[in-house]
Amino acid sequence: MIHGVASVAAVAASAVLVAVFPRSILAFLAFQASLLFVYTTRIPSWLRGGLLGVALLVLMPLIGFYNGYYLEIATQVGIFVALALGLNIVVGLAGLLDLGYVAFFAVGAYSWAIVGSPHGNEVFGGGFPLGPAWFYAFLIVGLVVAAVTGVLLGLPVLRLRGDYLAIVTLGFGEVIRVLANNLDKPINFTNGPKGITPIGRPPVPFGLPYAEAFYFLVLLIVIVVILVNRRLEDSHIGRAWEAVREDELAAQAMGVPLVRTKLLAFACGASFAGVMGVVFSAKQVFINPESFTFLESIGVLAMVILGGMGSIPGAVLGATVVTVLNLQVLKGLSLWLNELKNAGVTVLGFSLADLPTQLEPAKYERMVFGMILVLMMIFRPQGIFPARRRQRELAAPAAGPTAPPGAGR
Amino acid sequence: MDFELLIGIFPQVLLDGLILGFMYALIALGSTMVYGVLEFINFAHSEIFIVGAFVGVEILLSLQSAGLLERVPWVLVLLTILLAGMVVSGLLAVTIERVAYRPLRGAPRLIPLISAIGVSFFLQDALRLIESIWRNAFNLVYPTIDVLNERFELTSTIDISVKSLVVIASALLVLWGLHALVNRTKIGTAIRAVAEDQAAASLMGINVNRIISLTFLIGGAMGGAAGVLFGVQYGLINPYSGFIPGLKAFTAAVLGGIGNVPGAMMGGLVLGLLEAFAASYLSLLTGGAFGAEYKDIFAFSILILILIFRPKGLLGEVVRERA
Repeated sequence: MIHGVASVAAVAASAVLVAVFPRSILAFLAFQASLLFVYTTRIPSWLRGGLLGVALLVLMPLIGFYNGYYLEIATQVGIFVALALGLNIVVGLAGLLDLGYVAFFAVGAYSWAIVGSPHGNEVFGGGFPLGPAWFYAFLIVGLVVAAVTGVLLGLPVLRLRGDYLAIVTLGFGEVIRVLANNLDKPINFTNGPKGITPIGRPPVPFGLPYAEAFYFLVLLIVIVVILVNRRLEDSHIGRAWEAVREDELAAQAMGVPLVRTKLLAFACGASFAGVMGVVFSAKQVFINPESFTFLESIGVLAMVILGGMGSIPGAVLGATVVTVLNLQVLKGLSLWLNELKNAGVTVLGFSLADLPTQLEPAKYERMVFGMILVLMMIFRPQGIFPARRRQRELAAPAAGPTAPPGAGR
Repeated sequence: MDFELLIGIFPQVLLDGLILGFMYALIALGSTMVYGVLEFINFAHSEIFIVGAFVGVEILLSLQSAGLLERVPWVLVLLTILLAGMVVSGLLAVTIERVAYRPLRGAPRLIPLISAIGVSFFLQDALRLIESIWRNAFNLVYPTIDVLNERFELTSTIDISVKSLVVIASALLVLWGLHALVNRTKIGTAIRAVAEDQAAASLMGINVNRIISLTFLIGGAMGGAAGVLFGVQYGLINPYSGFIPGLKAFTAAVLGGIGNVPGAMMGGLVLGLLEAFAASYLSLLTGGAFGAEYKDIFAFSILILILIFRPKGLLGEVVRERA
């Protein structure tokens, strides 16, 4: 009872706080924290569902009217949640470390960007851009193209061992980026480093503003992705994935077809990224290869690791925390530091205006990702919201490969 | 197609490829030694490498601002920065192993790899942070030492600069030193024993932890030396410029057979040559359709192909699967 009241109060209070201080980052952080509180606290599930629903469907768009940037953050969080859930299938469930995951995102993004912008004329002749309604069809096309790319990459490499697979996927990610950068000749597919713009946006129902429309679209896709993930996890395929992750030989002996199972994991993970790529390119209106670097792949990996490999709530939480850290906290720190500098504040006799100009906290996302990866691996490899099976495995490592050093070589 | 031109640039391309190859070989040795002992990809080796380059540039810049760069003999300067880079990078590698890898020894295979990626990313921005505070700039240029930029004309079309000679000579020296260390000394025997079988080595009275630290020290020092030479040869460095050479060096190590010291040298040279030829000839041969930008794709494609078709590498060190 007390938990229920507290949850309602927390969500309401933090929402009011955001409305009163629309420019305060702390207020928006409080709103996000209240959602986390609602999710973790012990309340009846109808209340939890209701509160989360109200917060995401009503309060968040309302907040967007006060401060559009917050809605942008929420949309970005949604995009990364879908990416993290996709990578979670590959890394978390099937245990295949994919370091080039963002390549599939790029494939999806470019598939809509080319036909959804006047740039398509240069590739295929006349008739472009396609009408905005085609966007919805391309959600499926992006999915299929990314999944096919996943299978094409997977077919040759999935026989490799874990760490070699990681390096090959990294190389593949780089190859896709270099291709995107250079395929402006001999035939201009990607327009090279200049990128493609303007990319068509979908028609919006009910005359919603674009920001709100994209928010709802992303939310819808995220919900679908979560549902699919949950159904997959306990399905025949999901169990096969986990069996392969735990012990390939034993899984094979039990009749799990190794390559087909791994290929499915690759294709499923890739397809989520493909769909989000299409949404991303339409939302941004402009894409260039800079959006699809190794940094992004590692960012998504950090989200999965932070939340807990193989755990759906973990992936959602990880994606939210990392995205909020990057877009909100680091940027906020940068702005705050600049304000202090301009105001000529001194700390302990040291004038902040003398700080080096190259020092921009917003640029240190690699440090954030790096620290997350190292600290989580050392202190909590199962993540914040561990998957149940994974938790048992990592809690008792003594039985595993640690036994005698050099065992099994 | 202009055959005259194709043949005319051949010796110069060969030379560039050799220099690049020695660079890759030096970096690759660090990763391949660590892989040989721990069967683990030290992702942070790229940053250990670039830290060496930064140590070199910092010393050169301080000398320059003190007005000493012109007065101290250049051989001495070069030796100092090489040595300093090796020491700092070596110690950094040992620290990384102690902090981020040792607690994870024996964990499932991917866990230390993820930790290593984390260390690599962390170091890139840490380096940027330090240089931003210290110099308010993180793209640094090696000050020129005039002697090093003198060029010998070998023929009318080919020339070689002193610094290229220095790079090749130092690389050969370091490679020879490592080879002697691994094959002729007690320490080297201990390293090979630990690589072969940690349990048996420790039963023979070898302190496995110390040997692993030592491996990181040596590998890191090689990386540091490579970093300094990289800076001297190519001039411009930033905290992120270690990543691609590091990845290519890993490719070289895999190409030669990972865990195999002569293999890494050969892989480095082969990759360097292939890349130099790809960079110069690709656009000539395809009539400008594919330019030098594709040399990275070329290197990565080699990596992917080697891993798929001959994961043992060219020199065929057998890599066993560890469960």
